[in-house]
Amino acid sequence: MLYQSARILRRDPFAVLRRLSSEVTQDTPAFPAINFWHSEDSAAITAELPGIQAEDVDISVKDNLVALKGERKPLDIDQKAVWRRRERAFGKFSRAVRIPFNVDPEKTKASMVNGVLQILLHRRDEDKPRRIEVKVS
Amino acid sequence: MLHTTDTQTKGEEMNIEAQRSSGDVRGARLHLPLTDIMETEHGVELAIEMPGVASENVDISLERRVLTVRGREDVNRLPGFQLGRTEYDQGNYERRFALSEALDCENIEAEFSNGVLSLRLPRVEARSAQRISVKAA
Repeated sequence: MLYQSARILRRDPFAVLRRLSSEVTQDTPAFPAINFWHSEDSAAITAELPGIQAEDVDISVKDNLVALKGERKPLDIDQKAVWRRRERAFGKFSRAVRIPFNVDPEKTKASMVNGVLQILLHRRDEDKPRRIEVKVS
Repeated sequence: MLHTTDTQTKGEEMNIEAQRSSGDVRGARLHLPLTDIMETEHGVELAIEMPGVASENVDISLERRVLTVRGREDVNRLPGFQLGRTEYDQGNYERRFALSEALDCENIEAEFSNGVLSLRLPRVEARSAQRISVKAA
């Protein structure tokens, strides 16, 4: 192991460090997983949140930051029940994502469809790029 | 009482066994849905996560005590938007579960809400041993 890292070190002094940092950051993937969508003056984010009611998700928007907060409540089980397989996660989650423009909170719309959260975000009107005419003198 | 592995081994006391899918025929991305399996005194309960799947696209079939659960996801869900950075893949879901003789295949209950499929598999009612009379020749 030591010999091997020493060999990597000789070729690329940062290889070990890079590998270490990627291992550390990939260990805990952010929850929920988010997909980013974009169009001309708006953007959307979708997040997989199966088993969560729309009212259990708290969404807040400030400037270019969208924050999600919520909790997936564990299933009600009686004392005699025995878990045979547990792959789903339960508990509190929070996540913030940066949008490439300042979001208009008034126009932000969120919906939950089949366990997928959809947030539509619009750019503020005063933030939109304006075309400036060049006068020919 | 219940054993859940992804191997093909079968034991006497096994009530349900989660298996890996054989693959998708149409070549779309196929996911193994996250599943919780819980055994209660009444039987076995399953919670299978299939976010993005509409209830009409959930398909449950039973053949020779193998329960197959499939979910088809409508991939292009946001018209007018282009997909940017992605953290999760869209696609279809499939998973198989082998059921033991101790579960009643005739009375499986299924419910789908918020992207989670809940299945309830009751135990077979304890039947008294049948007597077979021998006819004297």
